[in-house]
Amino acid sequence: MDSIKKHFFSDMSVMLGRSMRHIFRSMDTIITVTIMPIAFMLLFVYVFGGAIQTGTDNYVNYLLPGILLIAIASGIAYTAYRLFMDMQSGIFERFHSMPIARSAALWGHVLTSLVSNAISVVVIILVALIMGFRSSAGVLPWLAVAGILALFTLALTWIAAIAGLSAKSVDGAGAFSYPIIFLPFISSAFVPTETMPTVVRAFAENQPVTSIVEAIRALLSGQPVGNDIWVALAWCIGIILVAYIFAMRVYKRKAA
Amino acid sequence: MKDIAIEVKGLQKSFKQLHVLKGVDFEVEKGSIFALLGSNGAGKTTVVKILTTLLKQDIGTATINGFDVVSKPESVRQSISLTGQFAAVDEILTGRENLIMIAKLRHLTNPRQVADDLLNRFGLKDAAERRVSTYSGGMRRRLDIAMSLIGKPQLIFLDEPTTGLDPEARIEVWKVVKELSEGGTTVFLTTQYLDEAEQLADRIAILHEGRIIANGTLEELKNLFPPAKVEYVEKQPTLEEIFLAIIGKKEEK
Repeated sequence: MDSIKKHFFSDMSVMLGRSMRHIFRSMDTIITVTIMPIAFMLLFVYVFGGAIQTGTDNYVNYLLPGILLIAIASGIAYTAYRLFMDMQSGIFERFHSMPIARSAALWGHVLTSLVSNAISVVVIILVALIMGFRSSAGVLPWLAVAGILALFTLALTWIAAIAGLSAKSVDGAGAFSYPIIFLPFISSAFVPTETMPTVVRAFAENQPVTSIVEAIRALLSGQPVGNDIWVALAWCIGIILVAYIFAMRVYKRKAA
Repeated sequence: MKDIAIEVKGLQKSFKQLHVLKGVDFEVEKGSIFALLGSNGAGKTTVVKILTTLLKQDIGTATINGFDVVSKPESVRQSISLTGQFAAVDEILTGRENLIMIAKLRHLTNPRQVADDLLNRFGLKDAAERRVSTYSGGMRRRLDIAMSLIGKPQLIFLDEPTTGLDPEARIEVWKVVKELSEGGTTVFLTTQYLDEAEQLADRIAILHEGRIIANGTLEELKNLFPPAKVEYVEKQPTLEEIFLAIIGKKEEK
């Protein structure tokens, strides 16, 4: 028992190494996760952007936070997919019948999700820089942005874990991510919420994406973040807690 | 007193309305090969899952090397290894990477050496750097079993190890199982093939409708039936024998 606990982190790093290999060997996952948000960014900046009035002179700056959230939302579909495939293939049964901490297998997937989404976020920021994204933010605000994005990734990852663990088919495992990918469109990610009809506006202003987008945007442009950052953190941590409890319940049920 | 590796008493398990195990009892001696024989859906895999701590029984007890599967699952997992019904290998990794991964999870000091030894032993050296998704069914099974041997577990569970394999690959698996047993490992295998149980097992138990309806050595089971009548039949080679004779000339890959 003690030896199992002692090895938890080394076991988890073996699991992480395993699923990172999966990611790097299926380049299509990296491509879909980064290309789609980049295409959105190009479309919004060079096609729609001219007609959108955001009150800022640099639309790439305005748009980037929302694009990053879309990238993470599409990235976690693969987390659910990888988890589902492991449940199906019997490799989880092998791990679970070995003297290793049972949750190591699940945490390996969670860490992989964090690392792979961090990679796609960095790639997208680099593309944004080429397109004219500029930030006056110092080290601390950037760290805060990284922290918020990591929490957002964790929140969605645990939702993905519920989907991946309980899905009956591959399609079911990934389907939950589509509404999440669409959430940024009904938020202040692309256009200010002021022009939306009352009901839509009420939804847009009170859903998690808006506060997260506003907090990141303020941090990157050196503006005061106000309440948004606390609302954003509350959303992320709240979702993490609820999704974690449900995911662990499903995991325990599936893995006796 | 003989050494008991597995002791199962009054095991019952239901899935919702379905009463799969209705009171299963058996013992497996250390170092022996024990075959659990039964048709599809008889509950063989359920027994394996309970014994390997993947599933909890409703009623009854099961102990592995004296450790109860419910109250001491960690101790049970220390001494067993499972080769599940579907090859539990990582398709995206290479054969070598699969073995190294398991060796690391068993916290062995020299994972690469362990992997190399097993690749040689199971004739997978040439395929070591290839992704498992390119392997044939037989190669996959061999890798699967090789992964189960890492860390030298005292007891190995093989759940339908030859289902879906061609005759050649089946015989390879049989050879491995016999070698394991000669090395002192206790082997618990499930199968739906009568000839497999006949070929390999020291003891055979037949699981039918949730209960063990017969349990004994091959000789004992044969004695349950009326004495053999002497009949004169012309012995025709089976298709399997013809198949093996023809391809026997072909050198092994």
